[in-house]
Amino acid sequence: MESVLRVENLTVSVGRVEVVHHIGFTLGARQRTGLIGESGSGKTLTALAIMGLLNEGLSATGQVIYRGTNLLELTDGEMCGLRGDRLAMIFQEPMTALNPVMKIGDQVAEPLTLHRGLRGKAAHAAALDALARVHLPDPLEKMRQYPHQLSGGQRQRAMIAMATACSPELLIADEPTTALDVTVQAQILDLLVELVEQEGSSLLLITHDLPVVATVCERVLVLYGGHIVEEGDVDEVFSRPRHPYTRALLDAIPPLDEELPDRKLKAIAGSVPGLGEFPPGCPFRNRCPRADDVCVVMPPLADGVACWHPLA
Amino acid sequence: MTLVFDVDHVSRRYLLPRTRMFGPRRTLSAVDDVTFQLHREETLGVVGESGSGKTTLMKLLLGLEKPDTGKITYSGNSLRREVQVVFQDPASALDPRMRVGDIILEPLRVLRIGGDHAARLAELMDAVGLPLAYARRYPHEFSGGQRQRIAIARALAPRPDVLIGDEPVSALDVSVRAQILNLLEDLRVGFQLTLILVSHDLSIVRHMTDRVLVMQHGRVVEEGPTRDVFRAPQHAYTRLLLESIPRLRVRGSRVAQVEQKQSRRD
Amino acid sequence: MKRRVSPTLLIGGALVIIVVATALISVVWTPSDPAHVEVPSRFKPPGTAGYLLGTDQLGRDEFSRIMAGARNTLLVGIVTVVIAMGVGVPLGGVAALRRGVLEDVTMRISDVLLAFPAVLLALMFAAVFNPSTITAMSAIGIALVPVFARVVRGAGLQILQQDYVTVTHTYGASGVWIFIRHLLPNVSPVLIVQATVAFAIAILAEAALSYLGLGTPPPTPSWGRMLSESQTLLDQAPWLAFWPGASIALAVLGFNLLGDGLRELLDPKLIERLPAQG
Repeated sequence: MESVLRVENLTVSVGRVEVVHHIGFTLGARQRTGLIGESGSGKTLTALAIMGLLNEGLSATGQVIYRGTNLLELTDGEMCGLRGDRLAMIFQEPMTALNPVMKIGDQVAEPLTLHRGLRGKAAHAAALDALARVHLPDPLEKMRQYPHQLSGGQRQRAMIAMATACSPELLIADEPTTALDVTVQAQILDLLVELVEQEGSSLLLITHDLPVVATVCERVLVLYGGHIVEEGDVDEVFSRPRHPYTRALLDAIPPLDEELPDRKLKAIAGSVPGLGEFPPGCPFRNRCPRADDVCVVMPPLADGVACWHPLA
Repeated sequence: MTLVFDVDHVSRRYLLPRTRMFGPRRTLSAVDDVTFQLHREETLGVVGESGSGKTTLMKLLLGLEKPDTGKITYSGNSLRREVQVVFQDPASALDPRMRVGDIILEPLRVLRIGGDHAARLAELMDAVGLPLAYARRYPHEFSGGQRQRIAIARALAPRPDVLIGDEPVSALDVSVRAQILNLLEDLRVGFQLTLILVSHDLSIVRHMTDRVLVMQHGRVVEEGPTRDVFRAPQHAYTRLLLESIPRLRVRGSRVAQVEQKQSRRD
Repeated sequence: MKRRVSPTLLIGGALVIIVVATALISVVWTPSDPAHVEVPSRFKPPGTAGYLLGTDQLGRDEFSRIMAGARNTLLVGIVTVVIAMGVGVPLGGVAALRRGVLEDVTMRISDVLLAFPAVLLALMFAAVFNPSTITAMSAIGIALVPVFARVVRGAGLQILQQDYVTVTHTYGASGVWIFIRHLLPNVSPVLIVQATVAFAIAILAEAALSYLGLGTPPPTPSWGRMLSESQTLLDQAPWLAFWPGASIALAVLGFNLLGDGLRELLDPKLIERLPAQG
């Protein structure tokens, strides 16, 4: 399969502290990949590094290869040319991601103006088209409204319209449905799948919610403490997890179809350390029931799992 | 079983801000004609999306708001002492300027409950799994999960009979949620608590509760034993909720549904 | 906790310390008696032996008068701010706690006070009572009440929405309890900053009032009045305008900078986390 993005040896640092450690993965065309991580895992920083949106004080090294070019070596100007056009990202909080004092129509038209040179009526028509594609009800009316006049789900659709207006090759969605009601979440996930199929883009879905990845994605990467600890086909990883952290995440989800004895879930001790506060070696070792001395050295990612004592 | 709460046709309306100069203001029925009963040592789940009224219902039960119509009867002695709450956001649940020990003991001071406070503090911190030494620290020194434990300890201080959890784990990391849920279950059993769990997360409600209320637009659209409601939902909204939950085992169900929809459209 | 002690804070702090120290020292020692009139020594320029900053029109040592004037300045600042906070903070607290009619009434009273410039109030007071330091301080204090009322109400509203306050309602905490135990401690960083700014305003206001003859009457040294009196003597003894003017400016600057520096220090009082992205 043709690859859209190839990440190799990506390291993100905050000042001099490394928080994402030499990770690598490939995103294929028409492929939906889930990136699972909790707070402190480095999942959002990874996405921002790919998009060239890291804040002051943060830096990324390594290779992020898109169409033969290492994105990390491009200037901000060159990245601006790609962002919104070939590479797009949507965020968790539509209220803060949309400009509160700009009409919806103008915002959706912005990438079209910047990258396709459309103006006036042409831009308006293209924006309307983008909003229709995300099934926003009454798109003509909504274009004249401001973000606060739309519901959460509608704002998310508007943001997706903005991101997909130029038919990007890569769409990164960072917790796109976490702030939404469950019924709206289902609709938005459907929409993402539909758009990705239609446009043939590659989707990188970042979330902490495993069932969401299970229903939307084909491949999954599990991130903990800035390392990829497991990766593979979604069905495989979720039915036969090999890394203790993946197992722990799965155990933490109460099943919908049965009752557990004593109403107890299998929990792991401890809390997730803050960015940069993970122990050296395997980041999971101070919470892992299978850890021992050998784990002070970080196990390499081999055959889809990075663990000295994998399950199965 | 003894009755703890008897909620009888309760409604609570809010006046919306004025949109025109003259004429009556529009009202919003946050809670609309809700009736149910809660028995001792039962665990009740309240599920709903935003705008369902579950938060307002919780405030009514806590006595923070009064119903406009209908009546809520609490059959204990002192609502303020016996019904406590744990909120969703560990960041705003604890006064950043107070030490943890003082936070946990505050209810005792306000309610003027005497006794050996130091001993009680030790008991409570032990019950929630925190070392006593932590009592001298400030909230910002703790993680989200630990802060929820502190909030739970505070709620337990006056020896309540009823504990209401308003999305108690939604703001926590996934790997920490299980710990806190297990803790709540242990405490429920150990202290014979009546538990009300308000949540939008249906899998948690399924896991922890005996009975469930499904709310939409302020009304209770379905009520019953959790197992039954989840296996055979009667109301269309309940069915929609259950269908919308992403499931772990069924791979690609979203994709399959989308493809079905598309083929139907073509 | 990472704290940022900025140059602003240091400079402001240094200036304030100088003013306070000068005032305190002047209580026990000044180079000469500030009230000692010696007409033959009038208009001596700065640098003359025994008169570091020169003498004024009555032969009094300027340096001693400046030092004694610092006392007046500090007194005015402290009393004014105490009055303003003593009335403004509870007013703002009540407004935040008891929303509705009481809040509207308190804030409207506050608005009315805000509409009165301190000078106007001082004029009114002076017309009724004789102009004195006390009338000046009362006028300025009252004029500053709305500033504190607003700050406390604004910050208070935010604090009262936090879950930790809602929880206290569930076990029946009274408004007074919440005000003392939760509102005040959490509002205090903002209040401290506001107090330093109010101090600066008070000094300036008193100087203006004394300049107009509505403040501290002679013979008590007051920088504002000294400035006023020096107006007619500008060609004879320009330094008599410079010293009190510079003192006022530096004192006001010092308190303002202190306020800014404290705001930087106290505001982000949460731990400086690594950027909360992922």
